[in-house]
Amino acid sequence: MSSTYLGMPAVPVYGSGNLHTAEPFPVAARRELDNEQLRANLGHATHTIRDKRLRVVAELPDWEELREAGSATKAAVMARLPELLEQFEENFTARGGVIHWARDAAEANEIVRDLIRDAGADEVVKVKSMATQEIGLNEYLEEHGISAFETDLAELIVQLDHDKPSHILVPAIHKNRSQIRDIFLREMPDVDPNLTDTPARLAEAARLHLRRKFLSAKVAISGANFALADTGTLAVVESEGNGRMCLTLPETLITVMGVEKLLPSWTDLEVFMQLLPRSSTGERMNPYTSLWTGVTEGDGPQNVHLVLLDNGRSAALADERGRSALHCIRCSACMNVCPVYERTGGHAYGSTYPGPIGAILSPLLTGITSEENASLPYASSLCGACYDACPVKINIPEILVHLRSEDVQSRRGTKKVPGQMDVAMKAASWMMGSGRRMALVEKALPLGKLAAGPDRKIKKLPGIAAGWTRSRDLPAPPAQSFRDWWAKEHEDTASKEQA
Amino acid sequence: MSARTEILDRLRSALHDAPEAPEIPRKYRHSSGMNEEELIELLRDRLLDYKAGVSVVDEASVPAKVAELLKGETSYVVPAGLDERWTALAPGRVVDSPEEPLSVEELDGIDAVVTGCAAAVAETGTIILDGSPGQGRRACSLIPDHHVCLVRAGDIYGVLPEAVRRLDVTHPLTWISGPSATSDIELQRVEGVHGPRRLDVVIIRS
Repeated sequence: MSSTYLGMPAVPVYGSGNLHTAEPFPVAARRELDNEQLRANLGHATHTIRDKRLRVVAELPDWEELREAGSATKAAVMARLPELLEQFEENFTARGGVIHWARDAAEANEIVRDLIRDAGADEVVKVKSMATQEIGLNEYLEEHGISAFETDLAELIVQLDHDKPSHILVPAIHKNRSQIRDIFLREMPDVDPNLTDTPARLAEAARLHLRRKFLSAKVAISGANFALADTGTLAVVESEGNGRMCLTLPETLITVMGVEKLLPSWTDLEVFMQLLPRSSTGERMNPYTSLWTGVTEGDGPQNVHLVLLDNGRSAALADERGRSALHCIRCSACMNVCPVYERTGGHAYGSTYPGPIGAILSPLLTGITSEENASLPYASSLCGACYDACPVKINIPEILVHLRSEDVQSRRGTKKVPGQMDVAMKAASWMMGSGRRMALVEKALPLGKLAAGPDRKIKKLPGIAAGWTRSRDLPAPPAQSFRDWWAKEHEDTASKEQA
Repeated sequence: MSARTEILDRLRSALHDAPEAPEIPRKYRHSSGMNEEELIELLRDRLLDYKAGVSVVDEASVPAKVAELLKGETSYVVPAGLDERWTALAPGRVVDSPEEPLSVEELDGIDAVVTGCAAAVAETGTIILDGSPGQGRRACSLIPDHHVCLVRAGDIYGVLPEAVRRLDVTHPLTWISGPSATSDIELQRVEGVHGPRRLDVVIIRS
C-alpha cells in the first residue's frame, strides 16, 4: 500500500457539457409520464429487447463466467488506468496515430474543430457516439460553421427532428413510423414525396440520403467501444454499415473516447464481444465490428486521431465506492429492465446518460453537489434488476444508496437550521438506541389505532410525513407490539415446558 | 501544465487508495470441441438466422456456385490474391490491387464483391476479414451492394476465443455477422441499410 501511495487526493475536477439535467428528475418525470405515445413505445421496446436478451444469454452455458471475467477486467483497468493509457498511447502512436488529451468538454470540442479545419473540411460524417453527445460536439461545430451529419438511422431521425435521444441504443424509440416518415418528408430535401411508413422504405430513404455524403466525406468522427492497450487498437461495433463507411472511406478519422474505455489486451476483447451484443441488442453478434490500429497504408483513413477525454472521469475514479460505474460498456441492458426508466423514458434523466447507469454516472461525473443531478440517485426503486442484467456486474443499487448518502451529507453542510427530517431522525435515533425507550414508545401504539378510522387506515400524516400519505394509506398499527407478543409467547412456552 | 500531464496526475491522485488489480478469472469456454460437420451446421444455422444466404460445397463446385450467386450482376470486384479458379465461370470480374486500387466512385459502380476470409465463428455466425490477399482492403467489401464470401471449413472456429487467438489484431479487422441491418424503427429488423444488403456465404468443405 505505502509503496504506491501518491499522497493526499487532490480536489476532484468535474465534467461539463451535456451531463447536467436542466431540472430535477421528479419534475421532468412527471411531465414525461403524461406522454402516452412515449410510454407505449418504451414499454414495447424495453420488453422486446429484454426478452431477446434473455433468450440469447440463456444460450451460453458460461454467461456467468464471462460476466466474472468482464467485471474483473474492468476493475483491473481502473486500478492500472494511468499506466495502461501510457501503454496505449505508445502503441497507437507507433503505428501512425495521433493522440490528443482533453481535460473537459470544451477542450475536446476545440481539438476536434481544429483538426477538421486542418483537414480543410467544413462538414463531417459521424458514427453514433455517446462521448461526442456528452461534450455537445454537434452544437459546438455548428456554431463554428461546420456541419456534422449523424449517420446512424436513429441518430439521423433525432437530428433531423432537432430532438434529443431517449435511449442510448435505440435513440429514436420514442417515435413511431408515421412520425419518422413525416420528419423525413419535412427535412430531407431529395426525398421521394410518395415515401410510405414501412420501416424498409424508411431505411432505404436514409441510405439514399447519406450515400453521397459517405462517398465524398473528407473527415469522419467516431466514438470507440473499446481500446486495446497492448496493441493500440480501437474498436467500434454497429449494425447498419454507416460505421464502416465513416471508419473506412474518409482521409481523416477523429475518434473521441473516454479514458475509461481501455482494455488491457487483445484477448480481453473475446470476453467483451460476447457480453456486449447479447446484452445490448439481444443478438448473438452485431452485424459489423471494425478494429483499426493506427494507420494502414492503402486501406482506410491515412490521418488517424484520437481525443482522450477526462471530463469528470478522474473525479468518478476518485470515489472508491462509485468508481465501478466507469466499468460501463454502454450496452443499455439496465435501462431495458428498469421499472422507472420504462415509464419515464430517457429524457427525464436530462443527461446524455439515462436510466439506472445514468442515475449514478451523471452525478459521479458532475459531482453530487451539482444541484439538479443530485436528484438522479433517487430515480430508482432499488429493485436490483439493473445489477442482475449488467454484463460487467456494476452494483448500481449499492452506488445509488451511496450517492444518496453523499447527497444528504453535502446538504447537511449547507443547511443552518435543522429541518423536520433532521429532528425526526434524531428523535428516532434516540428512541431506537435503547430497548427500554423503545418499549416505552410502543406503549403508545393503540393511539395509532385511534388515529386510523374504522377502515383501519391512516389517510393523512402531519408535517413532512404527509408526503408519504399523499399517494397511499398507512395501515393502522397492530394492537400489540412484537416485543409484547414475544414476551407473552415465551412465557407460555416456558410454562408448557415446565409442565 | 499540458492536458496529458494534468489528466494522468488527476487519475493517479484518484487512485489514492491504491486499489489492487484483481486476477482475471478466465473460466469461460475456450473451445467448442465440435467436429467439422457440426461447425458447418452451426455456422449455417446462425447465418440463416441473420438472413444471409448460405451454401455448403466441395472445392470443385466453388466456381459454379459463385457464378450462380453472381447471376444477374453485371460486374463484381475481387481483391488481388483471391484464387482465380473460384471466379472462373462468372463474367464481369474487376480486380482491385494495392498497385492499382479502384476509386470509391468506381467501386460504387460495381454490383458485387467476392472475397475470402481469415476466420469464421460458428456460435455467433461471424465472418472475419483481415485485409490479407484475397480479402482486400475494407472499402472493397463495403461499397458493392452484394458480398459473396468464401469460407474454408478449416477456418471455422466454434467459439469467439478460438478465433481471436488466431488473428493478428494489428491488421484492420472487419467482423461481419449477416447483412447490414437496423432495428431503429419500432424495433422492426430491416436487412440492408448502408453496408451490403445481400450477404452470401459459401462454405467449402475440406
